[in-house]
Amino acid sequence: MPLTPNDVARLADLARIELSDEELAGLTGQLDLILESVQVVASSVPPETTPTSHALSLTNVFRPDEVRPSLPVEDVLAMAPAVEDDRFRVPRILEEAA
Amino acid sequence: MSEPIFASAADLARDLAAGTLSSEEATRACLERIESSDGDVHAFLHVRADEALSDARAIDQRRASGEALGPLAGVPIAVKDAFCTTGSPTTCGSRMLEGWVPPYDATVVRRLKEAGLVILGKTNMDEFAMGSSTENSAFGPTRNPWDLTRIPGGSGGGSAACLAAFEAPLAVGSDTGGSIRQPASVTGTVGVKPTYGGVSRYGLVAMASSLDQPGPCARTVLDAALLHAVMAGHDPSDSTSIDAPVPDVVAAARAGDVAGMRIGVVTELSGEGYAPGVEQRFQEAVAALAAAGAEIVEVSCPHFSLALPAYYLIMPSEVSSNLARFDAMRYGLRVGDDGSHSAEQVMRLSRGAGFGAEVKRRVILGTYALSSGYYDAYYGSAQKARTLIIEDFDRAFATVDVLVSPSTPTTAFPLGERTNDPMAMYQADLCTIPSNMAGNSSASFPAGLAPEDGLPVGFQVMAPPLCDDRLYRVGAALERVLTERWGAPLLDALAGRDRLSEGGRA
Amino acid sequence: MTTTALSAISPEDAWMDYDEAMDLFDVVIGLEVHVELNTASKMFCSCPTDFGAEPNTQTCPVCLGLPGSLPVVNGKAVESAIRIGLALNCSISPHCRFARKNYFYPDMTKNFQTSQYDEPICFDGEVEVEADGERFTIPVERAHMEEDAGKSLHVGGATGRIQGAEYSLMDYNRAGVPLVEIVTKPVLGTGAKAPQVARAYVAFLRDMMRALGVSDVRMEQGSLRCDANVSLMPKGSTTLGTRTETKNVNSLRSIERALRYEISRQAGILAAGGRVKQETRHWHEDGGRTSSGRSKEQAEDYRYFPEPDLVPVAPDPAWVERLRETIPESPVARVARLTEAWGFTELEMRDVIGADALDLIEATVEAGCSPQAARKWWMGELARRANAADLPLAEAGMTPAQVAELQGLVEAGTLNDKLARQVIDGVIAGEGDPAQVVAHRGLAVVSDTGALQAAVERAIAANPGAVASIKAGRQAAAGAIIGAVMKEMRGQADAATVRELVLAAVG
Repeated sequence: MPLTPNDVARLADLARIELSDEELAGLTGQLDLILESVQVVASSVPPETTPTSHALSLTNVFRPDEVRPSLPVEDVLAMAPAVEDDRFRVPRILEEAA
Repeated sequence: MSEPIFASAADLARDLAAGTLSSEEATRACLERIESSDGDVHAFLHVRADEALSDARAIDQRRASGEALGPLAGVPIAVKDAFCTTGSPTTCGSRMLEGWVPPYDATVVRRLKEAGLVILGKTNMDEFAMGSSTENSAFGPTRNPWDLTRIPGGSGGGSAACLAAFEAPLAVGSDTGGSIRQPASVTGTVGVKPTYGGVSRYGLVAMASSLDQPGPCARTVLDAALLHAVMAGHDPSDSTSIDAPVPDVVAAARAGDVAGMRIGVVTELSGEGYAPGVEQRFQEAVAALAAAGAEIVEVSCPHFSLALPAYYLIMPSEVSSNLARFDAMRYGLRVGDDGSHSAEQVMRLSRGAGFGAEVKRRVILGTYALSSGYYDAYYGSAQKARTLIIEDFDRAFATVDVLVSPSTPTTAFPLGERTNDPMAMYQADLCTIPSNMAGNSSASFPAGLAPEDGLPVGFQVMAPPLCDDRLYRVGAALERVLTERWGAPLLDALAGRDRLSEGGRA
Repeated sequence: MTTTALSAISPEDAWMDYDEAMDLFDVVIGLEVHVELNTASKMFCSCPTDFGAEPNTQTCPVCLGLPGSLPVVNGKAVESAIRIGLALNCSISPHCRFARKNYFYPDMTKNFQTSQYDEPICFDGEVEVEADGERFTIPVERAHMEEDAGKSLHVGGATGRIQGAEYSLMDYNRAGVPLVEIVTKPVLGTGAKAPQVARAYVAFLRDMMRALGVSDVRMEQGSLRCDANVSLMPKGSTTLGTRTETKNVNSLRSIERALRYEISRQAGILAAGGRVKQETRHWHEDGGRTSSGRSKEQAEDYRYFPEPDLVPVAPDPAWVERLRETIPESPVARVARLTEAWGFTELEMRDVIGADALDLIEATVEAGCSPQAARKWWMGELARRANAADLPLAEAGMTPAQVAELQGLVEAGTLNDKLARQVIDGVIAGEGDPAQVVAHRGLAVVSDTGALQAAVERAIAANPGAVASIKAGRQAAAGAIIGAVMKEMRGQADAATVRELVLAAVG
């Protein structure tokens, strides 16, 4: 089922990306093409195949519970777009956290 | 070649150790070359001229005081702009990170510094390493030194081009789907993607975490091995770093002996879509290895055809999550913070303005592939395809020591040719992606120039995980035979040119 | 059923008395409790976790989510999560992964939370709690590892609240502090006691976490946080109703209150023919009510996927067994064991627990006192004094060892009950241990029979009427003579001994 510009707008919303109408139209067609070409994966992989999320077979990589120095607060805030009282200043937040 | 810019890193290191050359001289030579040729090539996004010279002088002083230094101490190097460097901007080729100076060094960068290498600057790349041509850099494309109208490959076009342009003897790259090997292939240089987990990813700005792997870029096989040895090894800051000894890649590169080795030619990575010159040079290279004593067999890897489509599900999924942090709250570009917009709107506006088209495409594709209702069909089945690709490799490596194929189906294509055709652009990574999906080691070595366009062809070698030394063994053997055949290294054709130019044949 | 007029029903209108609601509806509750672990360093980096540090002084590239940074799991946090799971009688997963929960929010530096999704480290447990004298089994669905978010300060609004604020200030010191989220399955069949059961469950978790030593469990500092889900279904129905999730319920008392409130509110809406809205609600301690938060009608799409920057956790079974040996007894099991060992009735035991005397009595018994005597002192004399002083029993002024010593003196005949009470006065007044108070105040029972004999003879001489009565067979009349003797001895005589002497002398 081809994507509609509405679908892409919803995805852009989830991904927090502002798109112009032209971008939206262009992306819809391109994404459709890409999705068409990747359909072969779902259709040719036997369902009982075990999925691989890591090429490695490592497990249990842990760190000892030891404190190391944090960054100096000047370094933490040096690249911030806006700072107030040693905190990152951000525009007003509309909704409570999820 | 007597000029330092044309020397290999190994030769520079020898002269530095012998005291016949100073690091300052070598560094200055590179900086002058960058000054004269990078206006054309645009391999660098940031050159740290003064700092590099001061670092070089410091190494010279340490050497003069009798301090024992590492084998590459004093050798200049370029670093892909995806690695965090304190004191120098790290932009990943994106407006989003323009001017961002990290407060920490990537582990790879720290190791370069500890080994006394002199960092010249940061090289150009496709934005956040997404692309195969470096045309997706927000700061303009890099051009191929073999032909300035052609692409240098990507995403690490800058790291490969600076080697081919003799602006640096060594460079660091990162390879998610071919970003080291494909640029190496189209620029006639050496590029190695080590075993996943072989080199720390800490401080490499992530594109797709389960696929990204830093690696060495060089003009010779031995140089790549020397750099590999500096970069590799366990890092407790990267949970996916392998806690095992690094294979002796330098010894393998020095030996270059393939007698008795079984080399498998991957049946599926040839035929339709492969340029005739690419196939021709590839066959000649295979024959050269056979002549050097290797046994050649054909091997089928039937699931490699799934690698590219599965990659375009896994990679964008991880991209969509990894790039979520660029939200204008703590660092990076912020747009629309004029009191009229909420945090959510500012995030949206900043990401809309800060990301280029390819990044947006992949973020949205990944958001789709992970969204509820589609996960199993897309991300889930791609993870299963990954299993099948690993099984193909396992079966193959049960009978052969390495697999070989062309590194990329064509030589460097003209700038602009594929910018509006993502599907054609993605084909450039057809041969390189299987090794990212499976995590095994893989490299591209120069195999000559395609007769039809006079542009470099790359020869890919794939070895089992943690057998990275085999890459160097095969690469060095090939380099020796071909250099003998050509009478000089491939890149000497470029070194002889007065000036880099447009138009293919030398 | 039509819904046309229903939007007009405000929470105030739609309200049903709790008892009435209980007649009409069955309650289903679910509890999600976040426990902040007390590890020294964060979940995925080596920054400290100290509470109350200056803003952004406990941050590094990892917890700030800087480009290129990578997480490494704190092994102690995994150990704590497994121990929590074992204490909740969970199975421990032999192989599990972390997952990314993707959503944008300014307090999340990576805009995904590293959590666990379909492979929690602990699953399928249950715990028994007691509420209002009745035992309930709470089924535990899972306990998984995740990380905390940063803190925001909202500036420019009226009350520092998010609504109406002009901008916000972010402090990421809490970002990356390890959390274990414990989620129950739907809890059915608690009837009208649902709010008490919820409270008892969270109290159980608090006590257990403390006993395990894995968390500071300070609800006021947010190191134990509870979200309470509740839904109603008409009596006899088996279809779960629409639930609300009440957040910010951060004391034991407010858990009970918030649930009672939500039950009455939902019952009111349902009884009026309305529809409960699936949403997040916020508890307001001051007003004693909940208010509507974010609507959950459109389910969030968190796009979970396995965290590629971390490798799976596969606890070695031998390690899990070693950890199992460190798990303290559950409160319910302990009560059952002590009830049996001490020979108390269930009623006595309930009183003991209600008076917070269980630990004190146990310690007193361990110091050598009989259980009944320990109960007598703590539930009697000491409880009275604690009440009078408005102090917790443990702060009444005597230690379990002192109580055991006191009882030893009584049993040796050195003290009678009246003297023992004076000794308690002395101990509480800070005069030392019971033996020291006895010596200092000269309170020991007089056992010098010569002095006693003389006092008895004087009392007999002074009470001829009583002597006549005794001789006539009315032994109860001896009381007057005994009383006179005790008075002369200022209570420091053993009444039984005096009685014997009196009867013998008159005899």
